[in-house]
Amino acid sequence: MENYFNLFISAVFVENLALAFFLGMCTFLAISKQVSAAFGLGVAVVFIQTLTVPVNHLIYYYLLRDGALAWAGMPEVNLSFLGLICYIGVIAALVQILEMFLDKYVPALYNALGVYMPLITVNCAILGGTLFMVERDYNLGESITYGIGTGVGWALAITALAGIREKLKYSDIPSGLQGLGITFIATGLMSLGFMAFSGIQL
Amino acid sequence: MSGLRRFLDRIEPEFHKGGRFEKFYPVYEMVDTFLYSPPDTTRTAPHVRDGIDLKRLMTYVVVALIPCILWSWFNTGYQTNLALAELGLTRPEGWRGALIGGLGIGFNPANPFANMAHGFLFFLPIYLTTLIAGGFWEVLFATIRKHDVNEGFLVSSMLYTLTLPPDMPLWMVALGISFGVVIGKEIFGGTGKNFLNPALTGRAFLYFAYPAQISGDQVWVAVDGFSHATALGLGETGGMAAIADSGLSWWQAFVGLVPGSLGETSTLAILIGAAFLLYTRVASWRIMLGVLLGVLGTSLLFNLIATDARPMMSMPFHWHLVTGGLAFGLVFMATDPVSASMTNAGRLVFGILIGFMTVLIRSINPAFPEGIMLAILFANLFAPLIDYVVIQMNIRRRERRHVSA
Repeated sequence: MENYFNLFISAVFVENLALAFFLGMCTFLAISKQVSAAFGLGVAVVFIQTLTVPVNHLIYYYLLRDGALAWAGMPEVNLSFLGLICYIGVIAALVQILEMFLDKYVPALYNALGVYMPLITVNCAILGGTLFMVERDYNLGESITYGIGTGVGWALAITALAGIREKLKYSDIPSGLQGLGITFIATGLMSLGFMAFSGIQL
Repeated sequence: MSGLRRFLDRIEPEFHKGGRFEKFYPVYEMVDTFLYSPPDTTRTAPHVRDGIDLKRLMTYVVVALIPCILWSWFNTGYQTNLALAELGLTRPEGWRGALIGGLGIGFNPANPFANMAHGFLFFLPIYLTTLIAGGFWEVLFATIRKHDVNEGFLVSSMLYTLTLPPDMPLWMVALGISFGVVIGKEIFGGTGKNFLNPALTGRAFLYFAYPAQISGDQVWVAVDGFSHATALGLGETGGMAAIADSGLSWWQAFVGLVPGSLGETSTLAILIGAAFLLYTRVASWRIMLGVLLGVLGTSLLFNLIATDARPMMSMPFHWHLVTGGLAFGLVFMATDPVSASMTNAGRLVFGILIGFMTVLIRSINPAFPEGIMLAILFANLFAPLIDYVVIQMNIRRRERRHVSA
């Protein structure tokens, strides 16, 4: 249990995908103008991340890795070179399915997330989470924890950035830096704040 | 007095539009409003009749810092002279030794005046460098972007200086304050428009860029080759037992007779400043209370679950308060009205977050013995979000009240 807790905390804070690895920057910078929108996107990322990391784990573990097909009588087959394309396919498919599911059964949330759902397909934080899972050899339980953790961490970061950007509306930023420029700088400064966690070993 | 006023009035037209020094109006304005209260009033409603303006607010903080500054002179000199005596040196090398030796003041750690003089010679170059380098950027931005230079920088420069170790190389001092002023404040439009504390931004920049000059055992006493671990450094490796072994008592840490950054060693001097800030209501008591509660709660929790692997977890609450920069950060940095939360409930939460993070970093993170600086920066990031949540909750509460009524 403690193992899972530590993994979760380190995924949220110590190895924050947005502010320690700078993954998912395009959506991070683009959809952080308003707290409400950023929060919605964050929730969507938590959703998708919680689903894709374990699903990709299953695919990797039972189909792709070296010797994974032993159960089908083919122990010498190694399909791990197909990893990247499979993961991307899984992410795209899951996003699509989730979108249709929400449209049908939870229209309120669907309307709230709206445009952001398809955007998540190309969010590299999602693919990054999966690739870290593969590289670090997480088991199924760890994959689920890691998926939730990275999602929450990313959501936290983008919501905080949106809060800061709402505050920055009252700032007097030089014209050359307005918009994306100052957002990059703000992200850098946020990352400086998140350095508080660097070096923590859990 | 009135001669100065007349002089300022006489040269004023030169700085107005079309005047010879039109470009330097912010500089004139800075000098004028620093020396005299500006007669300006708001042109449109709402009008608030209150003696307290930004200028007085900032000046009060400077006044509150005076005990810390005086203590920094004394303690820095005392620690240096003590180390010299311990190493058996009669006179340190360099210009400080030449000057003080030449004046015949001497380096006796038992002589308070000698300590003050020696410490002052450490404080002064750092402070002047900060003023010149930071002031340069401040005036440059003010001139080009046509906004005022105000007393905010006076406070930032003072705070920044007091958080540095005494023998910090001066070019690093200049680099740090440049980063703090430009990236931490001016590119957002100057005082009141930034979201991180500029002084801490500068210090954090140095902390990560030049860790050898701003952390570790070598830097806290300004004598070459003299190494003295801070209480937190000892606690990180050996826990409370190591601190007790070093002979450091709680009262000694409270009064501040320990090596450390220039102005943060004495909790007593800081408390005097805090009393002034609270009496004049310049600093928010909610933030201070929040930090205290956060430190209290977290340290009690950690005391319960302390393990041998992380000795700092067993540090008791009252020791947390007197070691490192916690008291200084609590009183002067966390209460920065610009980068802290603005709502009353938010201020409490903001403070608690700082207290929690400080103890967390001190106890759990082996990379950093001290946590208050990063804790405040971290809380600064979430301050707008905390405010947002508080405001949204308030809106929702009022909506419900409206529906039921």
